[in-house]
Amino acid sequence: MRNTKKRDWILTLILIAIVTVFLVYVDKNMHYSMLASVIQKAAIYSLLAVSMNLLNGFTGLFSLGQAGFMLVGAYTYAILTIPMKQRVNVYQYFDGGLLKFTVPVVVGILAAGLVAVIFAWLVGKPCLKLKSDYLAIATLGFAEIIRAIVQWDKLGPITNSSNILKKFPTFHSILWPVVISAFCIFLIILLINSSYGRAFKAIREDEIAAEAMGINLAKTKMQAFLTSAFFAGVGGAMLAMFQSSVQAKSFTSAMTYEILLIVVIGGIGSVTGSVIGSFLYIACSEWWLRFLDDSQTYLHINIPFMRGGFRMVVFSVIIMLIVLFYRQGIMGTKEFSWQGILNAFQRFKREKAGVDNG
Amino acid sequence: MHSASYYLELLLSGITVGSLYALIAIGYTMVYGILRLINFAHGDIFMMAGFFMVYLSASMSPVVAIPIVLILTVLLGTTIERVAYKPLRSAPRMSVMISAIGVSYLLENLATYITGGLAKAYPVIPFLKKTFTVGQMTIKTITVITPVLTIFLVVALVSFISRTKTGMAMRAVSKDFDTARLMGIRVNDVISYTFVIGSFLAGVGSILYFTNYGQVSPLIGAMPGLKAFVAAVFGGIGSIPGAVLGAYLIGICESFIKSNDSIAIFSNAFTFVLLIVVLLFKPNGMFGEKDNEKV
Repeated sequence: MRNTKKRDWILTLILIAIVTVFLVYVDKNMHYSMLASVIQKAAIYSLLAVSMNLLNGFTGLFSLGQAGFMLVGAYTYAILTIPMKQRVNVYQYFDGGLLKFTVPVVVGILAAGLVAVIFAWLVGKPCLKLKSDYLAIATLGFAEIIRAIVQWDKLGPITNSSNILKKFPTFHSILWPVVISAFCIFLIILLINSSYGRAFKAIREDEIAAEAMGINLAKTKMQAFLTSAFFAGVGGAMLAMFQSSVQAKSFTSAMTYEILLIVVIGGIGSVTGSVIGSFLYIACSEWWLRFLDDSQTYLHINIPFMRGGFRMVVFSVIIMLIVLFYRQGIMGTKEFSWQGILNAFQRFKREKAGVDNG
Repeated sequence: MHSASYYLELLLSGITVGSLYALIAIGYTMVYGILRLINFAHGDIFMMAGFFMVYLSASMSPVVAIPIVLILTVLLGTTIERVAYKPLRSAPRMSVMISAIGVSYLLENLATYITGGLAKAYPVIPFLKKTFTVGQMTIKTITVITPVLTIFLVVALVSFISRTKTGMAMRAVSKDFDTARLMGIRVNDVISYTFVIGSFLAGVGSILYFTNYGQVSPLIGAMPGLKAFVAAVFGGIGSIPGAVLGAYLIGICESFIKSNDSIAIFSNAFTFVLLIVVLLFKPNGMFGEKDNEKV
């Protein structure tokens, strides 16, 4: 038992070392490549998917407010960190805006999470009492309300109304989004494996039984909701940094659906599943399936149906197939483990040996 | 200050929009009543009905196109039920809802692909576009036809549900799925009828809505769809008169909010504020049935 633990640590450290070297290489030599952009976006989406999974997969609360909390995070970060010199330029219709100070990036990211938590508390207080699908629609509605409030012209001096926010500090290296996401996901894993996490799972399995076991339903649900919102806010701030501009109109419910589908692809209730799911999803939608959008000629035959938008159709059909026939997703509720990999490897070897002998 | 006729016009336009929400809301409330499923794809069925009309009317007169559009919409709705919801009958509710979101995503992407993502002009249906004047006001025929037709359809539907055998079966299934099955009701058929009715009304709604609005675009269905759902929740899910009343309330309030420039941006958000308020104080809606949580 002790040996396997030691072995797992060593394997994990080796993996981290390999990934770090790879990232540094990509960062140095192909900073502007598709690969670099996919790595950054997928890392950010991993965090967003894991934070949504914490609610939907581990606590069994079907919330669709993710885009709203991301918007709050992205806006908080952008508003707080735009350098003073640039404010006149960005807030050109509002005399340079109301805020007369700037905070460092780290403070901005933390503030993004905290402000999202405040909003989550305001939403959660009335909404968390609701049953599954009513909660879904209420949180979806909340995201729409936030989007409208941010675009209100009376708030222009702070939120720049419906105009774009830009010129705030962004990532200089692709390592940052990966490191921050990895750290946040690590914190979430610690939480899930703690007694808090066990309370979340108890609520998912059976609310009434959980209550009978002495779990305070309202309090525990709120804890899960606030934690999820915090990381959604941080993820939103990172998304803003990645895109180098923010505009409220892009945080639609379609964005929430996208993250929900990533969670489903990876497996509802699996952290590593969500991470794998977001890398696959982002790589496919941004990169590997791009060719479907251009007209292709194979063997001198022009394939007529391949044009702009075809990629997304193929993509949504794949998602539907997963939802209908492969409901467990990639990982189900299982997590990645070295033992699992080794077992699979040994099984493979044994089967091969069996084939050779027979 | 505005004249009285200005407010009357706002009220009329609110009633028109409300009628359209009502037609969509019935589809939501019936499906939810029976399957306990928020059919997220319903708004997109409404959008697809708009595109059917655009493409069909390119080759035939609108009068011929209307029945074909309605048939295609019904086919689309029932096909979605067969393919995406039926296989998940025994799955957890969250899975079915995710499947509905997946269908909505697919329909939106499909429409974007086919149209190239651009809004298309909706064909002019001559007898709906006519105008006439009463006093100082110019009124479009469609403003009058919409509420009249809606009320007619709602009355027809309510009597269908309360008078016919199929309607009785629907009520039974929405009360208790398993018992209804034991009583010899073909539950799957009843569910199909529900989708036929819902899609048909969404089709009628789409003709009226887009004639009023002038153009169709791939993402246009989502917002009216959500608002119609809120209307259904407001009225008490499963209650058809409740959904219609909720729809009119939302339509009229929206019309007044939109007319005031300083708060016009909240016209969508208002609906959701209403939703949250209703859920807080009357979780079963204004006319909803009480249900007791069972262990």
